[in-house]
Amino acid sequence: MRDEAKIHGGDTPPPPSAPTPEPFIRIEGVSKKFGTFQAVKDVSLTVTKGEVFSLLGGSGCGKTTLLRMLAGFEDPSEGRIFIDGEDMTGVPPWERPVHMMFQNYALFPHMTVEKNIRYGLKHDPLTDAQRDARVREMLELVQLTPFAGRKPHQISGGQRQRVALARALARQPKLLLLDEPLAALDKKLREQTQFELMNIQARTGVTFIVVTHDQDEAMTLSDRIAVMDKGVVRQIGSPTEIYEYPDNRFVAGFIGAITLFDGTLEQLTGDMAQIALPDWGGSVTAHTLPNLRARFQDGLAAGQALTLALRPEKITISRSKPDVANCVAGVVRDLGYFGKDSLYRVVLPSGALVLVHAVNARRTGESGRVADWEDDVWLSFDPDAAILLDGLHP
Amino acid sequence: MNRRPIFLISVLCFGFAFFYIPILSMIVYSFNGSKLVTIWGGFSTKWYVSLFHNQQIVKAAVLSLKIALLSATLATILGTMAGIALARFRVFRGRMLFSGLVTAPLVMPEVITGISSLIFFILLADWVGWPSVRGFTTVTLAHITFSMVFVSTVVQSRMIEADRAIEEAAMDLGSRPWEVMRDITLPVISPAILSGWLLAFTISLDDVVITSFTTGPGNTTLPLLIWSKVKLGVTPDINALATLTVVIVGVGVALAGWLMNRAEARRQKDARLAYQNNA
Repeated sequence: MRDEAKIHGGDTPPPPSAPTPEPFIRIEGVSKKFGTFQAVKDVSLTVTKGEVFSLLGGSGCGKTTLLRMLAGFEDPSEGRIFIDGEDMTGVPPWERPVHMMFQNYALFPHMTVEKNIRYGLKHDPLTDAQRDARVREMLELVQLTPFAGRKPHQISGGQRQRVALARALARQPKLLLLDEPLAALDKKLREQTQFELMNIQARTGVTFIVVTHDQDEAMTLSDRIAVMDKGVVRQIGSPTEIYEYPDNRFVAGFIGAITLFDGTLEQLTGDMAQIALPDWGGSVTAHTLPNLRARFQDGLAAGQALTLALRPEKITISRSKPDVANCVAGVVRDLGYFGKDSLYRVVLPSGALVLVHAVNARRTGESGRVADWEDDVWLSFDPDAAILLDGLHP
Repeated sequence: MNRRPIFLISVLCFGFAFFYIPILSMIVYSFNGSKLVTIWGGFSTKWYVSLFHNQQIVKAAVLSLKIALLSATLATILGTMAGIALARFRVFRGRMLFSGLVTAPLVMPEVITGISSLIFFILLADWVGWPSVRGFTTVTLAHITFSMVFVSTVVQSRMIEADRAIEEAAMDLGSRPWEVMRDITLPVISPAILSGWLLAFTISLDDVVITSFTTGPGNTTLPLLIWSKVKLGVTPDINALATLTVVIVGVGVALAGWLMNRAEARRQKDARLAYQNNA
């Protein structure tokens, strides 16, 4: 399910057995306006069969509207949606090969668990025996057989979530839409349910599109993630791509912690860029990996404004000056000690604050950590660790 | 610290007394053996017996029940449709106007409703020759128009409470809108529909003003009969009739309350058990 070839989707050549793989879901230039409010702006993306694809973003970013357009509850103002090659324009929700798991599960309160799961099956040309068998199979899949006769208010939140999943899977949809599938569960239950969900996805092979605002959820569940902001898709990629190779400052800042430095390109020698970073207090060198350079449409040229971004865990913190190129002295302003690791806020002579994350690998010193409040420290980073972003656009 | 709030208790007693002493005295005097309403003449149930032998009263009661049953049922159908439309179709042209028009009869003086219904029926008879006589049909129609508002208000508030997502879920599972209405929406709001029907039924049953405007000769409902009899002086059999009404209404209200409480208690118990077993 998580093989590299699939994660990188369009970048890898298709396998020889499938000469022209039509993407399973194709969203083409879809926009949605509510009155004057533009909820979704010109979104285009494709999803492969069997993939777990997440729409990630804050509230009001348009992810739920996009999901509702896939389900058929909203019509796109512009653009088209294809599911398994079929144009979905004008197809009502009840005729789409798509089922949805609603955020608060939307179980039918007046029906038992068994009847909830059976409800959709009445539209399929099955005999009663086949329906019974299907309901039993679904109850077993979500391990709710003993609760078949209960009403939704007689079971716990985690069980309700599983009923909703079973009900949505009962008619064997081609695509399952999940709207914040874990948001209504408490933290302990969430981790367990997350694995259960992935397990069921792997067993059924159904394509999942998940809407979530929780980046950890998106990172662990998904094959690919689309990061959305103000109705626009800001980047689509595997969790690793999104985290390690963000396309823009929004994505870099939205996922995980990061420190951004404004800089200017001084010199480019092969793949090595020399960048002036006033906040860092001098020039640094960074590797412009090929996929990084692709982000700059006009290529890289000396004098160009850049943003250099550093993840806290990619920066090395030490008490003595390390013998490497990109290093600077600073003072620990603040720190959070979490036992296994610590998060430091280091202030540089320029006044810039840098987030540094370090594992407390050794039981050295009284406090067991690298540095303490107001300690003089040295920060350094590897030329490979720097993320280079266009400095002019957000 | 243990001081009783004497003021509050006395206000409460006064309030209850204000409400219930007239009704209680009516009930007591309905068992009065004397023909004179205000003079106690020993315990007797003869007024109840005479009540059931009074053809006029029995006929009026039957007419009232027929009108109440029919008008409550039709008002429930119309009111439910209006309530669903008002709750679900969030924006449509003229929604505010429609909503205002539906609820206006709630605040409209009954005299106005009655007189406008009467004028409407007279004009209608002039134009299309129907209704040629006023009676059962016109009273029922007038009752529908004003009791429907109560149904639509009750249904609308229940619809707003109900989760829109369950209807979408049914649609998502392959049901067309009319199937969603039949399988999901109506069952979920059925308690509201039932209480709307009860409300419409009781309103129709005890209406005097609108009925008196829209009825015709020979079609006297029970409240109208009581009203006309009382104008000639309160007789003990009216006391008995009113007492019966109070008992029937009281039992009905108590029953409805008990049923609702029981359902709620059972639901809470189930929910508690579910969390204990599976949390």
